[in-house]
Amino acid sequence: MDKTLFDKIWDKHVVDTLADGTIQLYIDRLYCHEVTSPQAFDGLRERGLKPFRPQQVTCIPDHNIPTLHQDRPIEDPVSKNQVDTLEKNAKEFGLAYYGLLHPKNGIIHVVGPETGLTQPGMTLVCGDSHTSTHGAMGAIAFGIGTSEVEMTLATQCIMQRKPKTMRITVEGKLRPGVTAKDVALYIIREMTTGGATGYFVEYAGEVIRNATMEERLTICNLSIEMGARGGMIAPDQTTFDYLKDREFAPRGVEWEKKIAEWRTLYTDPGAQFDKEILFQAEDIEPMVTYGTNPGMGMGICENIPVVERIDEAGRISYKKSLEYMGFTAGEPIQGKTIDYVFLGSCTNGRIEDFRAFASLVKGKKKAPHVTAWLVPGSWLVEKQIRVEGIDKILEEAGFELRQPGCSACLAMNEDKVPAGKYAVSTSNRNFEGRQGPGARTILAGPLVAAAAAVTGVITDPREFL
Amino acid sequence: MKEKINRIISTFVPLPLENVDTDQIIPARFLKATTKEGFGDNLFRDWRYDKEGHPNPDFVLNQGVYKGEILVAGKNFGSGSSREHAAWAIAGAGFRVVVSSFFADIFKNNAMNNGVLPVVVSPEFLTEIFASAEKNPQATLTVDLPNQTICNNETGNSESFDINPYKKDCLVNGLDDIDYLLANKLKIEAYESGR
Ligand code: SF4
Repeated sequence: MDKTLFDKIWDKHVVDTLADGTIQLYIDRLYCHEVTSPQAFDGLRERGLKPFRPQQVTCIPDHNIPTLHQDRPIEDPVSKNQVDTLEKNAKEFGLAYYGLLHPKNGIIHVVGPETGLTQPGMTLVCGDSHTSTHGAMGAIAFGIGTSEVEMTLATQCIMQRKPKTMRITVEGKLRPGVTAKDVALYIIREMTTGGATGYFVEYAGEVIRNATMEERLTICNLSIEMGARGGMIAPDQTTFDYLKDREFAPRGVEWEKKIAEWRTLYTDPGAQFDKEILFQAEDIEPMVTYGTNPGMGMGICENIPVVERIDEAGRISYKKSLEYMGFTAGEPIQGKTIDYVFLGSCTNGRIEDFRAFASLVKGKKKAPHVTAWLVPGSWLVEKQIRVEGIDKILEEAGFELRQPGCSACLAMNEDKVPAGKYAVSTSNRNFEGRQGPGARTILAGPLVAAAAAVTGVITDPREFL
Repeated sequence: MKEKINRIISTFVPLPLENVDTDQIIPARFLKATTKEGFGDNLFRDWRYDKEGHPNPDFVLNQGVYKGEILVAGKNFGSGSSREHAAWAIAGAGFRVVVSSFFADIFKNNAMNNGVLPVVVSPEFLTEIFASAEKNPQATLTVDLPNQTICNNETGNSESFDINPYKKDCLVNGLDDIDYLLANKLKIEAYESGR
């Protein structure tokens, strides 16, 4: 029978099926960060349990860590406690732990793929909704709650209903200046924030086939912002080339064996999805958000939607969000003065994002009134930035590189955008207060962020191409 | 062992907003705790209190008019981050049931893993509940988990709701997934050796 990519991997991981269809699913890899794991470890202790398969668990603190002076103790005692607690738990239970300043420290969703811990065909979970990122490698990856972290630690399994499947196909060729982030923001705008709830999404089509691994990671990362359980892309030569020789990737004979297995991971031509959606690449332009959820996106050349364009039920939230953002319906978004720029996060904190940002700011100067936080997603990314001399380009343009971590994506560390200030951010959520109480977030890709950083206003990056 | 859920008759707190995401339910700065206690006090923190920490008189939980074990919210409740802290905050504030016309997936699971029952109703039924609350803050709902029904006692209208039988069993008996999985360890080992 013809099967989807999702079904092929899922079916291989079913341990048991209950009479009502609930599935006991085997999990190949668990990632733990410091925020959503302490209560799970407590739960283990309370039940007198040990991790069932400790070698399948990796612990990395990323949410709380400062992006300056990581060699010093973390100042905020509460943040310090969470990070210390993860370290203590990892040690006590014999789990891999990459702490501050470790060469493999960074945002889990950046570190997993780039070290080869994440591999095609795997099932992979983390107490974090952006776990969907790893699906770009051809894995089933999704976010879970802390109770499920505890379950996975205790049994390497979780109880799940099989989600419905959706295929989102993007055909055609992207216009110059349009990035993977723009593709994702466009898809979310069209789908709305709840439009894929209950579904696991496979991305396909010419745009996806032509995308680099990092672009695919950006697209899958944002799947959750339209409510999807996860997103995934069939592994192909691009995936294998990316993975080869990474630290935890299989080697030698084992590599050949794995490649042969991974080559079978694609959706069979006759396989059925519960839903199929088609987009055209030519319709996508550089995107920004104007409101307080990622579905409130717009082409950078458009005007902020007027209330008549919002469906009845969404109007209260729409008005509330315009008020919060200090925007007026119908006005252009280009030319709006901004105060902060954040380049980073598990969405856009990879080397290609820094290359893109640097390509635009090269030879220009940061706008004097703009505070820019450029935060690599991991130490491996940081190292690559220096190897390629990108740090020099950034410095000459008046930017400073910070140390890796989640940073202003959720502002659990010191990198908080002050109330009322505007931040063009390459992260993934523009919720009220996400980047600090009262902060106003405009989501965008690395090129839009770069253009805003040098002009000080929201600017179409295509002006600089 | 969690508290068992059976039949709950209670007044309710209406929150007629859509897309209430987990950052609103419990802002990120409260995620630094390493235990499950104390999140209830910070439920909807930034709506409940102003910057100086004074209660915002416009917010429903501060008005003292609406109380109860049931929270009724607009469509797409619990979207956004997967933080289970959102479920702990709701449970910690004394809610045992959340009613909406649509829930984000992860939130729904998290709620059930913490003994909070998410009840999905039709948009019309939801609108009617909000209207009843406006008319009479003492209006009550009856949520009957074994029979999978919810009744708006103000109008007498009721609806049945879906819940996966396995989860229902867990909630009614106060058990959780880990209890189940631990009892099935042999199967897991058999699966591993058969790969
Ligand atoms: S970068 Fe942001 S979205 Fe990604 S894991 Fe960190 S906090 Fe979550």
